[in-house]
Amino acid sequence: MIGIVFIITVGSFYLIHLLPGDPAAVILGTGDSPANKAKLYAQLGLNKPIWEQYFVWIRNVLHGNLGTSFVSQTTVWSVIKAALPIDIEIIVLSQILAFLVAIPLAMRSARRPDGPVDRILGAGSFTLLSIPSFVIIVLLVLLVAIKLGVPHTGPSSYVSLSADWIANLESLALPAITLAIGSFVVYYRVLRSDLIATLQEEFITMARSKGISQRRIMWRHALRPSSVALLGTAGVNIGGLLAGGFIVQYILSIPGLGYELIQSIGLSDYLVVQGIVLVVSVGVILINFGFDFLVNIIDPRISRE
Amino acid sequence: MSSSLIVNEIVEEAHDRPARKKRLGILFWICVGWLALNFIGAIFANVLPIQDPLTQNYNAVNAGPSLAHYLGTDDLGRDIFSRIVFGSRVSIEASLGAMLIGFGIGAPLGMLAAYRRGKFDSILTAVMYVVLAFPAIIATIAVLSFWTPRSLLKIIIVIGIASIPLVYRVMRSATLAYSTKDFVIAAKVQGATDRRILMKELLPNVAPVGVSFLLIGIATVVTLEGALAFLGLSVNPPTPSWGNMINESLSILQTNPWLAIFPSLAMCLFLLCLNFIGDRLRSHFEVSEAKL
Repeated sequence: MIGIVFIITVGSFYLIHLLPGDPAAVILGTGDSPANKAKLYAQLGLNKPIWEQYFVWIRNVLHGNLGTSFVSQTTVWSVIKAALPIDIEIIVLSQILAFLVAIPLAMRSARRPDGPVDRILGAGSFTLLSIPSFVIIVLLVLLVAIKLGVPHTGPSSYVSLSADWIANLESLALPAITLAIGSFVVYYRVLRSDLIATLQEEFITMARSKGISQRRIMWRHALRPSSVALLGTAGVNIGGLLAGGFIVQYILSIPGLGYELIQSIGLSDYLVVQGIVLVVSVGVILINFGFDFLVNIIDPRISRE
Repeated sequence: MSSSLIVNEIVEEAHDRPARKKRLGILFWICVGWLALNFIGAIFANVLPIQDPLTQNYNAVNAGPSLAHYLGTDDLGRDIFSRIVFGSRVSIEASLGAMLIGFGIGAPLGMLAAYRRGKFDSILTAVMYVVLAFPAIIATIAVLSFWTPRSLLKIIIVIGIASIPLVYRVMRSATLAYSTKDFVIAAKVQGATDRRILMKELLPNVAPVGVSFLLIGIATVVTLEGALAFLGLSVNPPTPSWGNMINESLSILQTNPWLAIFPSLAMCLFLLCLNFIGDRLRSHFEVSEAKL
């Protein structure tokens, strides 16, 4: 893990050097003044050899100093701090929705594999798998916000949580649903195939012969041993949502990390882009490792082996 | 997101393939036909009797579908149908180019690693897994936003390199399943060169896995191009691409929903066909596997 984080920092650091010409000139752009230039040179250590620049940069990062945007004159860290909670809220909402739908449907499918319900759900989930999230969100906006006219669901109608929590939920409903659809398909397919395998184990036959109800067998006996692959997938998927949810945010102008990222790309605000790339990449890795840890709790046999 | 699920399914199936009998079916051939139509349209877009995708007609702005414009026109009066046909070029070029890089480097490395084993394999696999842990979409966006000026070739290079570890993983685990089989050992005993064993013995066996992953890879790149278009990192307007068109439609969603619906539909049908063909091919080749 330390190796991965090291590679991420080197990668994010090196991004600045992909810019053509003198990075300082490109980054400063319109805000070019000798004072700014000296500040940037000190911060990035641009006059030193490249490996030394890395150490200057990483020391600043470890002190929580990701630099100051020369476009908006605010620190990069304050931009990230304002945007990150919105991402977390959307992801949490979407995951609750996805699990609420995926678990019962997977159980229903696993009860009779290749039955009519399973086939319909299988075909449906396969179709949804082929629809990119930005198409889903565009169609949802078209349907819910424009045709049905539900308030706070259209583009640029984000309301912050502290202002009005009901309106906040409304404004985050469409992005959450969009991300939930993508997650649901993945979770449903993984859990279904694992449940089918688990239901053929002897302890399930044992439970059946004791006369335990189908529902109790599913929830108390079969779900936990079947959810190892599900949690592993969820870890990868949530990491992907952190990185992949920004198009949805952009379309609805919700000021999360993704929206800030796109804005910064458009404004050539490279230090903000660099900061967001670093934070999101490290976040994705942390989530993956967190879920690996969770899998061990759910199924202690894995760590014992 | 969803592609990682499919990759896992392929990796698992490459390890042990249950024998199940399935036919290709009529839907499979419909999908093949649709893809062929897309490809022909993309190749011959210049010669086909369709309107110019860049000509602006201010007499027919935001028009709905009609006989003059089969799928209507956009806010500058450009024909949506011909823009979709020309737009498929970007998606198809980007995905084929990226997959050429990904498979050109990832597949030989993966097969060689699985065949040779030993230190070469363990070091290479460790490196690939570390790279794989890095979120590819973030890396792609980051590099493309700094690497100016943007062009289709740069997009292809970046996505292609990002796909190498995935291709490596799939091809390596597919080859692993065969590298210790009797026929490989027999060829080795007969004194066949490594090159011959890789090309003549292993390649035909891992090709089905490779092809089905190729189709999914193409689908992923098409989606990614769409995503990049939203970020303004795809080809520059006015060149049409499916992603560009959907992105442009956002500002006038209320007045002209057709501009959002038709490119979305074209993209989804294309992706659905690719995924479906990949899925069917996988189950089909398991049959011939069982016959051996």
